[in-house]
Amino acid sequence: MSDTIAHAPLRWPVNGQSLPPKIEQDVKDYLARSPMPPEREREFRERVREIYERILYSPEEPVGVVTAQSLSEPATQMTMRTYHFAGTAGIQVTLGLPRMLEIFDARKDPRTPTMKVYIKKEYQTLDHVKRIAENIKDIRAKDVISSVLIDMTDVLVKCRLNLPKLQSLEVDPERLSKLLKIRNTAVTVEGDALMVRPKKKDITVLHKLKYTVLESHVKGIKDISQVVVSKEDGEWVINTLGSNLKKVFELEGVDYTRTRSNNIFEVYDVLGIEAGREAIVRETAFTMDEQGLVIDVRYILLLADTMCVEGGIKPIGRYGISGQKASPLVRASFEETKKHITAAAVKGERDPFVGTVENIMVNQVAPIGTGAYELVGRIPGKK
Amino acid sequence: MKDKADIYFNGKRIGEAAQPDLYVANVRKKRRMGLLSIQLNAVYYPEFREVRISTDAGRVRRPLIIVENGKSRLTEAVRAKVDAGQADWSFLVAHGIVEYLDAEEEENALVALREDQIGKDHTHVEIDPISLLGLSAGLIPYPEYNRGDRINYGAKMVGQSIGVPTGNYLLRTDTKFNALAYPQVPLVETKTSKVLSEFPEGQNIVIAVGCYDGYNMEDAVILNKSSIQRGLARSFYFRTYETLKKRYWGGQEDAIQIPEPGIKGFRGEDAYKDLDADGIINPMSFVTSDSVLVGKISPLRFLTTEEFASDIENKRETSVTIKHGERGLVDTIFISETTDADQLFKIRIRDARQPELGDKFASRHGQKGVVGLLVNQEDMPFTGRGVVPDIIFNPHAIPSRMTIGQLLEIIAAKTGALNGETVDASAFDHMKDEDIRKLLKRLGFRDDGKEVLYDGRTGKAFTVRIYVGISFYMKLDHMVTDKIHARSRGPVTLLTKQPTEGRAKRGGLRIGEMEQQCLIGHGAALTLKERFDSDKAFMPVCTKCGMIATHDVAKNRTFCSICKESSIQWVETSYAFKLTLDEIKSMGVYPNVQVEEL
Ligand SMILES: [Zn+2]
Repeated sequence: MSDTIAHAPLRWPVNGQSLPPKIEQDVKDYLARSPMPPEREREFRERVREIYERILYSPEEPVGVVTAQSLSEPATQMTMRTYHFAGTAGIQVTLGLPRMLEIFDARKDPRTPTMKVYIKKEYQTLDHVKRIAENIKDIRAKDVISSVLIDMTDVLVKCRLNLPKLQSLEVDPERLSKLLKIRNTAVTVEGDALMVRPKKKDITVLHKLKYTVLESHVKGIKDISQVVVSKEDGEWVINTLGSNLKKVFELEGVDYTRTRSNNIFEVYDVLGIEAGREAIVRETAFTMDEQGLVIDVRYILLLADTMCVEGGIKPIGRYGISGQKASPLVRASFEETKKHITAAAVKGERDPFVGTVENIMVNQVAPIGTGAYELVGRIPGKK
Repeated sequence: MKDKADIYFNGKRIGEAAQPDLYVANVRKKRRMGLLSIQLNAVYYPEFREVRISTDAGRVRRPLIIVENGKSRLTEAVRAKVDAGQADWSFLVAHGIVEYLDAEEEENALVALREDQIGKDHTHVEIDPISLLGLSAGLIPYPEYNRGDRINYGAKMVGQSIGVPTGNYLLRTDTKFNALAYPQVPLVETKTSKVLSEFPEGQNIVIAVGCYDGYNMEDAVILNKSSIQRGLARSFYFRTYETLKKRYWGGQEDAIQIPEPGIKGFRGEDAYKDLDADGIINPMSFVTSDSVLVGKISPLRFLTTEEFASDIENKRETSVTIKHGERGLVDTIFISETTDADQLFKIRIRDARQPELGDKFASRHGQKGVVGLLVNQEDMPFTGRGVVPDIIFNPHAIPSRMTIGQLLEIIAAKTGALNGETVDASAFDHMKDEDIRKLLKRLGFRDDGKEVLYDGRTGKAFTVRIYVGISFYMKLDHMVTDKIHARSRGPVTLLTKQPTEGRAKRGGLRIGEMEQQCLIGHGAALTLKERFDSDKAFMPVCTKCGMIATHDVAKNRTFCSICKESSIQWVETSYAFKLTLDEIKSMGVYPNVQVEEL
């Protein structure tokens, strides 16, 4: 530990190195806007550097705790107001504390997955966009059926089709019978009547079959229950409730370079861990921003990095970061004490006492801040 | 949809009704005729097609006057009877003029606020608009001028006020109660407060809405020290201690006497010097923390044959002492007997409480504050007529909370004080605010209630006019003397060797999880360690097996009881960690502590 610290630069701009590019650019922009004599300019640059150096974190400063506090304190201010109409789209999204929990617990199935589908330039006409939207929306049989009847004598479920609706969806009744994939049944169409016969002549299954028929998938992408086309920043976009990036990317006309989902796990699955990390940052920032809470992005970045370092998305909490810490004592102090102690005993684990929490537990100086160094004095002339 | 409505009786289904509204109407009619209990309530929920009839206990019910065909059943004829004293409340209830509704039956009722507002659909009319409010909320003047939540807070604080608890409190032996020294009936009354005029809960004091060097920021108030010396908000705190002279199995009994030296738990001669020869303290003695009130010795619980031999060693001291942190004068001593014929001693302590920095005060409008400064009268601002306020209240407390009722109360009380009469401010039924202002103008004051004030320290007039009037203020049962607490050293708990918790146990102030994180966040590792040194302990650890070794103080020898011959290393940890190790061992897990020298 001491080796790495001793050789690491204590201040970022060392040996005449300049300030970070972003700040350098800001200084240049400012000077361009309000020029000043060279003497003043040098003074100004000196001052900027001074402030920058003051703002830098000191070595061994516990950024983790500061991050936790900086994120948690505003989170306590979050109102219990859960739902809100996000944006112009009019799609309800989970927000506030429940959404924060979803993100940090890395839930695989968020309550309201949504997508924002961008459309390529060549397809930017309302007709095109609408057609794409129609291909996205999940159409179930119940959307094209006007009435259902259970025929006990012939043992079948008889449905009356809404032909104009079918036509508008560009599905002809013949194709519909092939689109409906219902197990152990035969589907036939006569005029506007759709007949579903169970292969075994058993009237007891009919009632259940009725609902299976109504809920069966016809067209579009499964589980995308709402599609709203709107114009945002001068271009047509499609907002959806329900998310399936993979299928949407396959559609013609979809700009897959910008289309995004708020389902973090899905983003990670489809686009990889970097995109997943980006999604965590974006979603957290959005949730905080929506509640009017301001925090520095770097805290979110640190948190997202912690969740993603190992290449997958790890939740914070019992089964994630807190539950996988190296020290068995720290794990035991968090939750499920008995479980962790027994497990550690069975494995014969050794706690090296290098972290903060375990050292506080035994009332030793924690290796953080002022406690990170041990001074060994060497008196000249003595060994 | 069900074609018949279900009928539930106290939650149990008992039948169905084809015409539920008629059915419910019939039930109510019979109740009003006295054929059914007046405690029965019936409701019909059309949306569920359910009739619910309740007769069970615990329903909150309130009385309303019955309205029929747009006419109140409390007719002129009935009124005349009431006025003549021929009809009382039970007459009205028995004759179907007034009935009690529970929360459910209220769902079917349309209640008019006043008799002149009765329309064709109304089923009831309020007895008086103020009966909308409960007892505490009914004490608030001009409630309809305040925001609803302030009424709630106000009602809650009325409940915490120090006033006249009962008419006979000097004869009572409640464990603990407060009484106001000079209670006053509010100048701005309500119908409820008129009923409770024998039990007022505060005093009418002169209030100025302004600042005084910022000592009333964040809801604090500034009090006139001279007013306090004249008895403003002075109260008494009573506490009764009691003990029994018990008799035990085997003919032994407690003794009430001054304990002799040598008894287990003897407190030293000095502790008993206030006791009279009979072992009971004298009235009017001043007592403080841990003073003995009644000297008592009890026999030890479990006696063995040998212990019977010596008499004095079989006794322990069980005197009654003042609670830690309390003090006062011995007010009254009651000696009586229980039904088991044991002698019963009750000693009531009285402590006079002058308002001091940190005591809590509140008006009746949910405006509470803590005393921030006591100012001598000569330094307080004064009006042109020489009136000096008793309290200076911060104007910032008004706009965000919108307690306009309080502002009205202040000028209404001002007119009341000048006229020498009380002002009625009952909910929805009082003098209009313009009229109050007109009255104030007629009395020779500005109609906005503002006056020119002069700074008592400089004699200069303030450049702004200041809102001055009279307000009814309550002293709340949250006084610093009951709460102030500090500790440098003191008792620790047996199990963890950590400091005790709470003022009564002379406890420490906990550095909790969040405070700990705060110190970590600042990188103050050594400060943090020092803070957690309260249960610092040194434990000998066997370097061979890693178990806690034994230290024999008598022989000054440290050894491992497992390894016998091995080197021992002393380690500094928190005692809590040593305890954790013991607990881990109790799980059957072997915690091997590996120590190395730095
Ligand atoms: Zn050993």
